[in-house]
Amino acid sequence: MAKKELLKVEGLKQYFPIKGGFLGRTVNHVKAVDDISFTIYEGETVSIVGESGCGKSTTGRAILRLEEPTDGSVVFQGTDITKIPKGEMRKFRKDLQIIFQDPYASINPRQTVASVLSEAMHIQNVLPPDQRRARIEQLLETVGLRPYQADRYPHEFSGGQRQRIGIARALSVDPKLIICDEAVSALDVSIQAQVLNLLEELQDEYGLTYLFISHDLGVVRHISDRIIVMYLGKIVEIADKNSLFENPQHPYTKALLSAIPVPDPDAVKSRIVLKGDVPSPIDPPQGCRFHTRCPFATDKCRTEEPVLRTSDIMKDTHEAACHYMEEISAGKMTPNY
Amino acid sequence: MNEMESILVVNNLQTSFGTEAGEVRAVDGVSFTVPKGKTIGIVGESGSGKSITSLSILRLLASNGKTKGGEVLFKGKDLLKLSEKAMREIRGNQISMIFQEPMTSLNPVYTVGQQISETIKIHKKLGNKEAMSQSVEMLKLVGIPSPEKRVKQYPHELSGGMRQRVMIAMALACDPEILIADEPTTALDVTIQAQILELIKDLQNRLGMSVIMITHDLGVVAETCDYVAVMYAGQVVEYSDVRTLFKNPKHPYTLGLLNSLPRHDVDQEKLIPIKGMVPSPHEMPVGCRFAPRCPVATELCHKKQPDLLSTGGDNSEQIRCWMYSEEWDGESEVTLYGEKRTVKG
Ligand SMILES: Nc1ncnc2c1ncn2[C@@H]1O[C@H](COP(=O)(O)OP(=O)(O)OP(=O)(O)O)[C@@H](O)[C@H]1O
Ligand SMILES: Nc1ncnc2c1ncn2[C@@H]1O[C@H](COP(=O)(O)OP(=O)(O)OP(=O)(O)O)[C@@H](O)[C@H]1O
Ligand code: SF4
Ligand code: SF4
Ligand SMILES: [Mg+2]
Ligand SMILES: [Mg+2]
Repeated sequence: MAKKELLKVEGLKQYFPIKGGFLGRTVNHVKAVDDISFTIYEGETVSIVGESGCGKSTTGRAILRLEEPTDGSVVFQGTDITKIPKGEMRKFRKDLQIIFQDPYASINPRQTVASVLSEAMHIQNVLPPDQRRARIEQLLETVGLRPYQADRYPHEFSGGQRQRIGIARALSVDPKLIICDEAVSALDVSIQAQVLNLLEELQDEYGLTYLFISHDLGVVRHISDRIIVMYLGKIVEIADKNSLFENPQHPYTKALLSAIPVPDPDAVKSRIVLKGDVPSPIDPPQGCRFHTRCPFATDKCRTEEPVLRTSDIMKDTHEAACHYMEEISAGKMTPNY
Repeated sequence: MNEMESILVVNNLQTSFGTEAGEVRAVDGVSFTVPKGKTIGIVGESGSGKSITSLSILRLLASNGKTKGGEVLFKGKDLLKLSEKAMREIRGNQISMIFQEPMTSLNPVYTVGQQISETIKIHKKLGNKEAMSQSVEMLKLVGIPSPEKRVKQYPHELSGGMRQRVMIAMALACDPEILIADEPTTALDVTIQAQILELIKDLQNRLGMSVIMITHDLGVVAETCDYVAVMYAGQVVEYSDVRTLFKNPKHPYTLGLLNSLPRHDVDQEKLIPIKGMVPSPHEMPVGCRFAPRCPVATELCHKKQPDLLSTGGDNSEQIRCWMYSEEWDGESEVTLYGEKRTVKG
C-alpha cells in the first residue's frame, strides 16, 4: 500500500524574541524550534518525544499557526498553510485539530458540553443547526459518555471524562489530523488506558492521523507508528517504533531510553546517567547541541553540527544526527561518563 | 519479615477531613511496616490517600484534618500519642520529608545556604559558621557542583533538578532515620529523575536510613523499593515485597494497574483498562471499595467490606480482598499481562 503524504514540515523554525534594555528592543531569541523537517502520512501516528522545553508543543502550535512560524513551510495536502492569508486558515482548522492536556482549561466553565460542541460545529459550519443535537449525542456515545451528559457543565466531569469531551470536540468537525499535546499525561494509568484505547479505536474507524506529543515513552511505544526524538529545538533521531526502541542510534536517545524506570524488578539495567542539565535554548551549544552532555563528544562535535542521516547500521527510513554513530555502534569510541 | 527489624509500623490508620459536604475519610485503614534500612513504596492513583498518609505520620495535617484512629509506632513509640513538643523533636531530626514541588518548600527570599544552615542550627545546635560549612558539605553530598558558590544563590537561580537536590540536602541535614519522599521526581524530566533516584539510593546505602517512597509510577517502585503498599480509595489493598507485587500480584486492583500500564520496555498488544473510575470520597461503596470496577466482584463484595488479611505465615503479604478468604464462591481466574491465571491463594 502506497503511503500518502498528509503533512510535510520543512525547515520549520520558531524563534521567540526576548525583549531587553529600557527601549524594550529584541536583544536575543529563544530558539524553541530550529530548522526541523518531517513528513506525516495518512492514517499513521507519529509521536514527538523529548524532555521539557525541547520544542514539542511549539512544533504542534506552529503547524496550526497558533503562533506564526519564523521560517519554513507546513504543507498540508499540497497547500503550504504558512503562506496563505490568516483568514483562510479557518478552512484548514477543520482538518487540523488539537487536544491539550486539559481541554477544559481553555473553555468557558459556564458552557455546557452541548454548547461547546455545537459552537465548534458552528464555527466550521458543519451540519445544519437542526441536525447538530443528534450529532452531539452520537459523538458523546462515540467517546464513551452518555447522551444525557450533554447538558452538564465541565466541573461535573472527572479528568478522564473531560479528556473524552476534548476528543469529542475535536471529532465534531471531522478532522483529518489531530495533534494530541500531552493529551493523556495528567490521567491516572487506569483512565489513561481507557483514553488510549479510545484514540486507537477512533483511528481505525475514521482513518484519523495523529501527531502525538508526549514525554512518556511508555505511552509513545504503545500508540506510535513512527517516533521523532527532539533535543533543544532539533530533531536528533527519527525512526519507526521498533527501530527506535530496539536499535536507537543517537547517544541522547539511548540515554533517554535507559533513564526510564522499568516496571519489572528483575530487569537488568545498564543505565546511562547523563551529566548536568539541558542547556538554555537562548544560547544553544555550538556544533552538536548535545555535546555538553554527550559521553562521546569530541572537538568536531563542539564545532560542526551533525545532520540527520541514515547509515548501514540502521533501516533506510531511520535517521539520526550524530557524527559518530557508526563508530559508537562498532564500539570504537570510549564513553567518558 | 520476622528476622528483620522494623523501624516504623503503621496500624489501621484513619484520617478524616471536615468539609462542607460532610466528613471525608481520606485514609481509612492503612497499615504497613517499614523495615530498617529498606525502602517501602506507597503507590496508588491520584486521591488514593498517599500524601495524607505521610502527613498523618508526621502530624502535619491541614487544620480541618484529624487522625481518628490507629497507631504509628516509631521504634515502638506511638507518634499519635506524643506531645506537640516531642513531635517537633522527631520531625526533621529523626523523620524528615521531601515534597513533590520543591519551590513550595524553599523560601524564595533566602539563599540556599541560609536555608540549609537554619535547619542545621536548629537540629544540631551549631553556630553560624559551622552550620554554613556543613551546608556546603551537604550540597557536595547531593552532587551539586561548586557548592561554595551555590550556597550563596537563591532558589530561582537553580534548575528544577538542582532544587530537588537542595531539598534532599535539607531533609538529610540532620541524619534522619526515615526519609519520606512524596513524589520526589514527578515534576522532573526522566534523565534528571534518574540522577535523583540514584542519589537517594546511594545516600541510603551510605547513611543506612529507611525510605518511604510515595509515587504513582510503577517503574519507580520496581526500581527503588523493597516492599510496596498499594493504596486504593484511602485503604491499603495489597502489601508485599516488590518482586511478589510485580510477578505474582494478588489484588484485582493491582492486576488492573499492571494491565493498564503502557510499557516502554516490551511490546504490548492491547492495554486492558480498569473500567469506570475511582469512587468519590462522599459516595464510598459500602462493601469492597473496588467492587464497582472489579471484574470478578460477587454479591458478597458489594455487601461487605473485606479486611486486610495476611496471606503468608508472617505479615510480609497482606491482601484486602474476599477472593483470598474461606467465604469466596466466585471465579478465581484473572488476567495478567495478557495471560489468564488462577490467583486464589
Ligand atoms: N511564547 C513563548 N515565548 C517565549 N518562549 C517560549 C514561548 N513558548 C515556548 N517558549 C520556550 O520555547 C522552548 C520550547 O517550549 P515548548 O513548550 O515547545 O517545550 P515542550 O517540549 O513542549 O516542553 P514540555 O514538555 O515542558 O511541554 C522553551 O524553552 C520555552 O520556554
Ligand atoms: N484539606 C483537605 N480537606 C478535604 N479533603 C482533603 C484535604 N486534603 C486532602 N483531601 C482529600 O483526601 C484524599 C486523599 O488525598 P491525598 O492528597 O492523600 O491523595 P494522593 O494519593 O496523595 O494523590 P496525588 O497522587 O494526587 O498526590 C483526596 O480525596 C483529597 O481530596
Ligand atoms: S555528534 Fe558528537 S556530541 Fe553529538 S551526539 Fe554524536 S558524538 Fe555526541
Ligand atoms: S473483594 Fe471482591 S470486589 Fe473487592 S477486589 Fe476482591 S474480588 Fe474484587
Ligand atoms: Mg509541551
Ligand atoms: Mg499526593
